[in-house]
Amino acid sequence: MGRRRAEATVPVTPFGGRPLGRPPTASWLWCGSEVTGVLFVLPAALLVIGLVAYPFFYALSLSLTAKQAGVPGQFVGLRNFVDLMQGEIFLRTIRNSFVFTGAAVAVKTVLGLGLALLLQRARVGRRAIRGLLLLPWVVPSTLSVLGWWWMFDPLFGVVNLGMLKLGLIGDRIPWLSDPIWAMVAVIIVNVWRGLPFFGISFLAGLVSIPDELYEAAQIDGAGKATCFRRITLPLLRPILGMIVLYSVIMTVSDFNIVYILTRGGPMNSTHLFATFAYEMGLAAGDIGKGAAISLFIFPVLAAVAFLQLRLTRRQPQ
Amino acid sequence: MRILRRHAGTIGAYLGLLPYLGFALFPFYWMLLTSLRSNAETYDVANLSFLVQQGVTLQHYGFLFTRSQFPAWVWNTLFVSLAATAISVVISTAAAYGLVRIRFRGSAIFSLGIFITYLVPPTLLFIPLSRVITALGLSDSRLSLVVTYPTFMVPFCTWFLMSYFATVPKELEECAIVDGATRAQVLLRIVLPVAMPGVVTATLFSFTLAWGEFIYATTFIASGTNKTLTAGTVAELIRGDVFFWGPLMAGALLASVPVVIAYGFLMDYYVSGLVSGATKG
Repeated sequence: MGRRRAEATVPVTPFGGRPLGRPPTASWLWCGSEVTGVLFVLPAALLVIGLVAYPFFYALSLSLTAKQAGVPGQFVGLRNFVDLMQGEIFLRTIRNSFVFTGAAVAVKTVLGLGLALLLQRARVGRRAIRGLLLLPWVVPSTLSVLGWWWMFDPLFGVVNLGMLKLGLIGDRIPWLSDPIWAMVAVIIVNVWRGLPFFGISFLAGLVSIPDELYEAAQIDGAGKATCFRRITLPLLRPILGMIVLYSVIMTVSDFNIVYILTRGGPMNSTHLFATFAYEMGLAAGDIGKGAAISLFIFPVLAAVAFLQLRLTRRQPQ
Repeated sequence: MRILRRHAGTIGAYLGLLPYLGFALFPFYWMLLTSLRSNAETYDVANLSFLVQQGVTLQHYGFLFTRSQFPAWVWNTLFVSLAATAISVVISTAAAYGLVRIRFRGSAIFSLGIFITYLVPPTLLFIPLSRVITALGLSDSRLSLVVTYPTFMVPFCTWFLMSYFATVPKELEECAIVDGATRAQVLLRIVLPVAMPGVVTATLFSFTLAWGEFIYATTFIASGTNKTLTAGTVAELIRGDVFFWGPLMAGALLASVPVVIAYGFLMDYYVSGLVSGATKG
């Protein structure tokens, strides 16, 4: 049909290989007035301003307000934040977020790297395997996490029954009712869901490393471990960084997994910012505090955006 | 023997992939099994079995359609996903073309804004957005989702299409503009036909994002009949008694089917889309 194949044209950086904010220069680009350009972008701009930027500033103002559902709010300065910081549950939430995000991202990185290296060697049937492996990432997490909830059921769940049958455990594990096991469970499910994304992205990075480098290194007598440390890892770093950063923001802001598996419990041991904000702001109706809790995701977002931009700008064209 | 040794690495790789495949797929298998067998078998703790042994039953699927609001959720989800996707793709196509091809003051800032918006997780803004929705008089209506879903779909689509449009050869457009075509005509008649695969991909991705969205749907919609599949399944199919697992698993699987079908069409794009930093989870 003369159409270009999509695979070949989709670039490997989220920036389309074009540094941000530097439009291509050609004199014909100027034709059509500035007004035309603005008109093309206007609907998207209005949407972003009205339903992303405005709510963000609204959240800031709500967080400085003592606002219960249904009654007008009252400006209280930073009291919501002070209250939160003095409350045990919020400190617990911060700690949970570090544990959950740190553990999940670390495990996904290591297992994902292993998965990518294995996939690279499995050339026959790679497409089919890749297609199956990606299913946890593709299926809406709300729905698949329901499956995990069922598997973790203490009495009838296949995780306990299976391990009992295999003799791996002598007693049922209280998966979702013990603070530590519950954290383990939500981390397992987050890893399950995110691992394919890591593996397939890393695979794309591996494939783009030229074979000649390995051949040259082999001629020079480098072993496999040296090759991995000196060639694979350094060349994989940009994509590794992008994926890890992206995953940090998506993991720290997770809602679905915790909400469905534990609702933040037992005893707030798995609350993350999003689930605690939901409980405080919507279930308990303290909108000011709820907004304040959500806002704690923002510094993570800012850091991730900043680092990602730096990472892409440094990348060679 | 020599052949075996030469291929040892490859065989090892396939063996190494087995646990990964098992981990990835077992939950789906278990959900399917639970949805297809009778309660008697599912809750028989003494005989854990990994097959359907006492005959396949469709009673749990039947429950969804006769004794729950599942059919209504299907329509709601379809309506919301289609409407939000259509709006998002149109808005994003225009924005992406404007940002890639037309030079105007503020375009750099706006590109940056789109990038940052793309990273904003829905959980950051659901509380203020729920107030905005109330102020707009849209609470508890499906329109609240049609209005809010584009907030995460448009940044994604615009980003994706920007990189796509950048690869369309400029010469084609140049000729048309010299011949006096307007920018809108160039976009519709020249760029879009060439960039169709990209637009289709963005459309399908957006559709799957909308289909699986959960927190907005849970927050903005209260009544059972207006819920989407994700929110409805979680809120209404989990019942007080112990034996709700069959219908719950049937609902979760059935609700996933359209996404998996869309994914089947898209797999190769999906992989390249993943790599271009796409797809929120």
